[in-house]
Amino acid sequence: MITVADKIELTKSDRMAVAWRHQFLQGSWNYERMQNGGWCYAMIPAIKKLYSSQEEQAAALKRHLEFYNTQPYVSAPVLGVTLALEEDRANGAPVEDAAIQGVKVGMMGPLAGVGDPVFWFTARPILGALGASLALSGNIAGPILFFVAWNIIRMAFLWYTQEFGYKVGTQITNDLGGGMLGKITEGASILGMFIIGALVERWVSISFVPVVSQVQQADGAFIDWSALPAGADGIKEALTQFNSIGATALDPIKVTTLQDNLDALIPGLAAVGLTLLCCSLLKKKVSPIIIILALFVVGVVGHVIGLM
Amino acid sequence: MSPITIVLIVLVAFLAGMEGILDEFEFHQPLVACTLIGLVSGHLQEGILLGGSLQLMALGWANIGAAVAPDAALASVASAIIMVLALDGGTADPQTAISTSIAVAVPLSVAGLFLTMIVRTIAIPMVHAMDAAAEKANFKAIDGLQIAAILLQGVRIAVPAAALCFVPADVVTNALNSMPAWLTEGMAIGGGMVAAVGYAMVINMMATKEVWPFFVLGFVLAALSELTLIALGALGVSLALIYLGLKELAKQGGGAAGSGDPLGDILNDYE
Repeated sequence: MITVADKIELTKSDRMAVAWRHQFLQGSWNYERMQNGGWCYAMIPAIKKLYSSQEEQAAALKRHLEFYNTQPYVSAPVLGVTLALEEDRANGAPVEDAAIQGVKVGMMGPLAGVGDPVFWFTARPILGALGASLALSGNIAGPILFFVAWNIIRMAFLWYTQEFGYKVGTQITNDLGGGMLGKITEGASILGMFIIGALVERWVSISFVPVVSQVQQADGAFIDWSALPAGADGIKEALTQFNSIGATALDPIKVTTLQDNLDALIPGLAAVGLTLLCCSLLKKKVSPIIIILALFVVGVVGHVIGLM
Repeated sequence: MSPITIVLIVLVAFLAGMEGILDEFEFHQPLVACTLIGLVSGHLQEGILLGGSLQLMALGWANIGAAVAPDAALASVASAIIMVLALDGGTADPQTAISTSIAVAVPLSVAGLFLTMIVRTIAIPMVHAMDAAAEKANFKAIDGLQIAAILLQGVRIAVPAAALCFVPADVVTNALNSMPAWLTEGMAIGGGMVAAVGYAMVINMMATKEVWPFFVLGFVLAALSELTLIALGALGVSLALIYLGLKELAKQGGGAAGSGDPLGDILNDYE
């Protein structure tokens, strides 16, 4: 019988050591067993603590060198559960190797299905676009905001979900079947699609320059530069008129480009068209690299023939 | 470039290379890597601008499962070095240096992809060595192999970066200056369109019939320039919560007529 006093427990600092090492999960990513080396590397502080004989240690290390692959952040709750299982096993509970492997494999698939859209396709594009929009005006706050915010979110997620996994142990695997994960993924997809829609409008720039029409504007629809009062009053008058009429006030002839016509329908229509075209090309297995290179060619050719 | 600058650039490249596989601290993202290279080479402002532009291109580049995306680490590090060389060599126009570096970044991201595949293959014998070490419960050897594998990923970017640093600055500048205007302007126009590819990759991962309307909402609302990205984010989160909440209600409430919530009943009738 195991008494309470004999029970080997992973302390908070043991678990923190594991969490720290877990950040290097993908370091030895390989085509054979993917993240297995990093996983074993993360488990080492726990294995050292839980098992004292060389045979047990060797068995534990081998157990954790099996195939493993998931999104590197949602791997944290899997690690937490595994720590709980190993702790039980070290204390004499009949936890089979197959049970531990089963928990890992059973969790990694569904969790990767959550982690990829949430982190790679929602959180990082949003933070990246936010940082980039600041950076494009030369503001150092852009990169700093991205780097700091990302790492705070990431570290908090890694630690708290690992602790969560450790506390609830195997109960978490029952949760996986429930609706929670599905809801998170769906919510992330909604947010992601909404933001991507906005980013397409803001950041994909296409401008068609051909002139569609040139119209002589009526008197009063443009600023009559020769009739302005002299000096500062003239500037004031010009600005007042500009404010009430808008950009077309600058010239007596109103020039409408193809782009103006497209923007009058919905701003960014050409951008969304291009994005949807890329979507369907990617679905047809055209390599993204080919599409990118083709776009550069289109840009150069379009510029030379005066279309863009 | 001074020897100290070169050492610091190689160091940044090394960090970016390790992160390219780890995907944790995100040193390999253009926003971070280009800014750091700008900082250590005395061209901070241009580095930030380049990082911002490249970041928009790279938003959808992500490693999923065993697939490798275009390599952001080599693309950002190498294009930042080329930009620094051009600026040091006295290119009159920083904008030209930046937009040309962006065009160079794309083929580099492919080259980086092949380097990653090579290192991921080299890692196979390394985990076999871990198996052997596990046999003897040799913790130190496993630690050492894991660290060596990470360092190898750093070397993957650090070596090409160091090589680039020794290209004479005037060669890069002359090459840039000899490019005709129609080519650089055309490439800048192409660069403006390239972001669409990244977004398309993201969309293809997430899109279902259910979520397309949210794409349309985001697209239409973005035309209001008063809405900042943070405001749009808040809108997106609210929409997601509302949608999930309503869906939950719809699931529970088949026969909820006369639930003592007259307003709710009226709203339900409208569905």
